[in-house]
Amino acid sequence: MKKNHTVIKLSDVWKIYKMGEINVNALSGLDLDVQHGEFIAIMGPSGSGKSTAMNLVGCLDLPSKGNIWLEDKNIAHMHESSLAQIRGRKIGFVFQKFNLLGTLTALENVMLPMIFQGASAEKRKKRATELLSLVGLGDRINHKPSEMSGGQQQRVAIARALANDPEVILADEPTGNLDSKSGDIIINFLKDLHEKENKTIIVVTHDQNIAEHAEKIYHLRDGKILSIEKGRKHKR
Amino acid sequence: MISDYFGFAVGNLFHRRLRSWLTIIGIFIGIAAVVALVSLSQGMQDAIGNIFASLGSDRVLITPKGMTGPPGTETTSSRLYVTDLDVVKKTKGVKEAAGYLSRILPAKFGSQTKYPLVAGLPTDAGLSVFTSLGQFATVEGRMLKSGDKYKVIVGYQLAKETGGTFKKPVTIGKSVYINGYKFEVIGIRKPIGSAMFDTQVIIPLETMREITGIQNELSTINAMANAGASPNALADAIKKDLRKSRGLKEGNEDFDAQTSEQLRQLVSSIIGIIQAVIIGIAAISLLVGGIGIMNTMYTAVLERTNEIGIMKAIGAKNSDVLLIFVIESGMLGLVGGLLGVGTGVALSKTVEFVAYLIWQTPLISANFPWWLILGALGFSFSIGTISGIWPAYQASKMQPVKALRYE
Repeated sequence: MKKNHTVIKLSDVWKIYKMGEINVNALSGLDLDVQHGEFIAIMGPSGSGKSTAMNLVGCLDLPSKGNIWLEDKNIAHMHESSLAQIRGRKIGFVFQKFNLLGTLTALENVMLPMIFQGASAEKRKKRATELLSLVGLGDRINHKPSEMSGGQQQRVAIARALANDPEVILADEPTGNLDSKSGDIIINFLKDLHEKENKTIIVVTHDQNIAEHAEKIYHLRDGKILSIEKGRKHKR
Repeated sequence: MISDYFGFAVGNLFHRRLRSWLTIIGIFIGIAAVVALVSLSQGMQDAIGNIFASLGSDRVLITPKGMTGPPGTETTSSRLYVTDLDVVKKTKGVKEAAGYLSRILPAKFGSQTKYPLVAGLPTDAGLSVFTSLGQFATVEGRMLKSGDKYKVIVGYQLAKETGGTFKKPVTIGKSVYINGYKFEVIGIRKPIGSAMFDTQVIIPLETMREITGIQNELSTINAMANAGASPNALADAIKKDLRKSRGLKEGNEDFDAQTSEQLRQLVSSIIGIIQAVIIGIAAISLLVGGIGIMNTMYTAVLERTNEIGIMKAIGAKNSDVLLIFVIESGMLGLVGGLLGVGTGVALSKTVEFVAYLIWQTPLISANFPWWLILGALGFSFSIGTISGIWPAYQASKMQPVKALRYE
């Protein structure tokens, strides 16, 4: 597949929070263009606006000003329920805190995004089982998150992110709560998804070592892109 | 999809077991109370219906006005007399009519004296007016017949050995002294299911007049309608004739002429009022239970804010979140309802059983009409659902970003 079409495009995006009397600009005119099949990292110190950027890219939030295109749809003024549908289909989230539902088993957690898309029970179970095998947890599908290690939980989260076969995987500090060995496994999964499945991967991190795996690293400062560099560990 | 949400609800309720149970108890108590009390009052209504049916659907009962207790205990000054019976007998549409006189009199058996209701029934042709009703059948011995004097038929409850009126069982051939006069027991009545009838004793009307000295007076007149005639129309005709003979204007009657159906309706309406009061009180407890559910659901929404954020991030629409929480709170209500119905049924069946052991009365019995069971379940599910709507709406309106950040 060629890389020449834009999956996500942010143009002159502002996010302004009102803190009492003062307005705080979390993003001040951010431009970002993510091509299909790209692996990018967004880096920046805390307060640089990277979390806000990730929320907007993930359609979890709406901008105060500016436009966001997901493929050819401008989502800047969409209703929450339409956004939810788009998120569910197009974007797979991997969070720092794993964010699995504690009352559900690994299998049920992976099936959840498919329930919201109305997939049949049979199809859901088949796909979720396959995905859990893919991340090496085929023997733990009936375990609850509390019965798994952090690394295993994050792998369940990756399986869940892939449930609806989204174009984009959005990972927010995916290795932040993991030891380096488990962290490496997760990064390798993301790289595999990028290389073999041609998924678009966006990683938000403050860890330079993680960012180096990406094709492009966007450095954010004060709600704007400060610089773009190439990831040194990226091959291809 | 909905079935998955039911699965989530069950999972979540089990996850917070103690809180779920405590919430469920709030609904359960109200539903159990409603089911137990309504089934018992329904059973009572049905049993009373049967008693009135045993009075005969073709009958008109004429009593002095203002009769508040059993015949013979009336406190009004108005009386019925033999002359009134003659009027009733001549009323068009009456097939046969008879009256009896009853009083509470001392009855001595062995060394004990009790005060049963004594009814003097005619032994002439009028006896058939009463004996044709099932309630005058005997389980032992026989009923009165023409020519009987100083004979007595005792009620089932009065005669029986354990829990009876007297320490020793009253049996056929024994002697009972009523108002000081010696009577021979010739029969024991079958149980009717009302303490009033089952402790009653029956003696011949002529003997009754001899031992009490009350001449000409009657406590109740029972008129039988011609086959196919309307008892209600007959009651009106009797009223008209009696007004005329007693020189009274319409609306100023000092007597009542009612069909057993009219009496049954009167009692039904009284029980209906009692039922309404019971349901009203139970409704308050259910309201409290509903508030308990609402409180639990608010806590759940707050506690699971992060979970709501996750679900929204992975594609749950507002309506999905709303539905998940509403179903969960509906389940709280429904489980409370199921347990409440089960407990209510068990409770009222126990009351019925104990009441039967003590009084042998079918009057206290538990009846479970379908509307009671389905209504209780539907109502408990509705309470749960309605209580959950507002918390669930709050959950559904959460912004995913804020919800995800919530610790």
